[in-house]
Amino acid sequence: MTTLLNVKDLRAYYGQVQALHGLSFSLNEGSLTTLLGANGAGKTTTLRAICNMVRSTGGIEFDGKPLNNRSTESIVRFGIAHVPQGRGTFTTMTVEENLQLGAITRKDSAGIVSDIERMYAHFPVLKQRHTQQAGTLSGGEQQMLAVARALMLRPRLMLLDEPSFGLAPLVVRDLFGILGKINREDKVSILVVEQNAQLALELADHAYVIETGRIVMSGNAKDIANNEEIRKSYLGY
Amino acid sequence: MELFTNQVLAGIATGAIYACMALAVVMIYQAIDHLNFAQGEMAMFSTFISWQLMQWGIPYWAAFVITLAFSFIGGIAIERILFKPLAKAPILTNVAGFIALFAIINSSAGLIWDFTIKQYPTPFGSAPFLGSQLISTHQAGMIGVTVLLLFGLYFFFQYTRIGLAMRAAASVPESARLVGINTSWMIALGWGMASAIGSIAGMLIAPVVFLEPNMMGGVLIYGFAAAVLGGLTSPFGAVVGGFLVGIFENLAGTYIPGVGNELKLPIALALIISVLVVKPAGLFGRHIVKRV
Repeated sequence: MTTLLNVKDLRAYYGQVQALHGLSFSLNEGSLTTLLGANGAGKTTTLRAICNMVRSTGGIEFDGKPLNNRSTESIVRFGIAHVPQGRGTFTTMTVEENLQLGAITRKDSAGIVSDIERMYAHFPVLKQRHTQQAGTLSGGEQQMLAVARALMLRPRLMLLDEPSFGLAPLVVRDLFGILGKINREDKVSILVVEQNAQLALELADHAYVIETGRIVMSGNAKDIANNEEIRKSYLGY
Repeated sequence: MELFTNQVLAGIATGAIYACMALAVVMIYQAIDHLNFAQGEMAMFSTFISWQLMQWGIPYWAAFVITLAFSFIGGIAIERILFKPLAKAPILTNVAGFIALFAIINSSAGLIWDFTIKQYPTPFGSAPFLGSQLISTHQAGMIGVTVLLLFGLYFFFQYTRIGLAMRAAASVPESARLVGINTSWMIALGWGMASAIGSIAGMLIAPVVFLEPNMMGGVLIYGFAAAVLGGLTSPFGAVVGGFLVGIFENLAGTYIPGVGNELKLPIALALIISVLVVKPAGLFGRHIVKRV
């Protein structure tokens, strides 16, 4: 197993306020890792720091190459697709234009066309709505669109920020099923941040728990899910 | 009736120019959320460049194309040098930047070419168009060039990848960066295109208003009126607004007693105020709703 993403002693700041206090973790190629923690623990900040959307210090290495001090848009070109909180939909554009934007850094136009068809196979509802303005989609459909848009990059690593947020339980099940399939079949490594710990632990193979900007626990997802003490004190179920 | 038709057609012709100016203003407004008060002066300077090229013996259309390229690069340079550093500055700092730019360009043009009024040629001639007394060939040319330009821009933004990227960068900058779009360069590109569009407007209107450093003052105010009427968030609205303002201006000057040629400009200002009071988002603009 090779390490794909290696984060060392990450500290992040919003103005004068420090949000991450020396956070270290790593993610193996092909794994589906989850970052768990309560509101305000620093999960979103960690993802934003990886893409240099917040001021940070420390080491972030992707596939052996340092990502620090690179612009957000150039980090994308390494093959890192970030689905932000709130989904980041281009609401005034059509569903198909959203998908094309996901592949805007790619040059292979034939590959893009076939990938759009592949996304429609993954998410049939997007095909039905492909000429519709993306802002008119329901929350669940927009989350599907956001995942599909990220996959259009043909990423090596996908960062997902609270994909379950605001979605009906059945839709969440559906979405997580698709994420697992993408991870297994398309060999996309996934780092998913979640408040819904129970669901995330079912899906993931590895888990980290953060609290106030530090990693307090890490291990195999099943072990963490089976450890009642951890569940009660950190995950709240 | 002939007077009416004549005034409407002449209004469409000048409206085409207002549409171009409004479009240039809206493009920059979409990219950086500020009104470019120096848009008219940039267009005026470009027009002087084309005039200078023709003085050196370069034929009209060659000078036209060279001026477009000059304006495009000049627009990008202005963004990179002056407004990129101001991107996070408060509104008033930006306004001061625009006014400075206005003054610098206006005075430089006066210094280089002086303030006397110059004749500017038209490639279309000024004979009656198709033998009809309603409209001149130059006015028909103004409409024709503008329509071509608008189709070109529509195609660019709707069907090219770079146009798609520019739209994405203007609508949701953060998401645009997350798919790998260099939003900063998209803004610069928007400036370049707005500057080039403005230069077309300048070169087309110069035979009508004559060439001098203050030639675009009135035109830009009509352009602003058009942009506000159509909605500052809508390029399509800007174009429609341009034609409407052109027609309205001419009809008001002809039919409202006491307005005449002298009071046409206050009409544009009255229009701006009325739209802002009655329908602030304009005819085609979106209401910006912010969650608080």
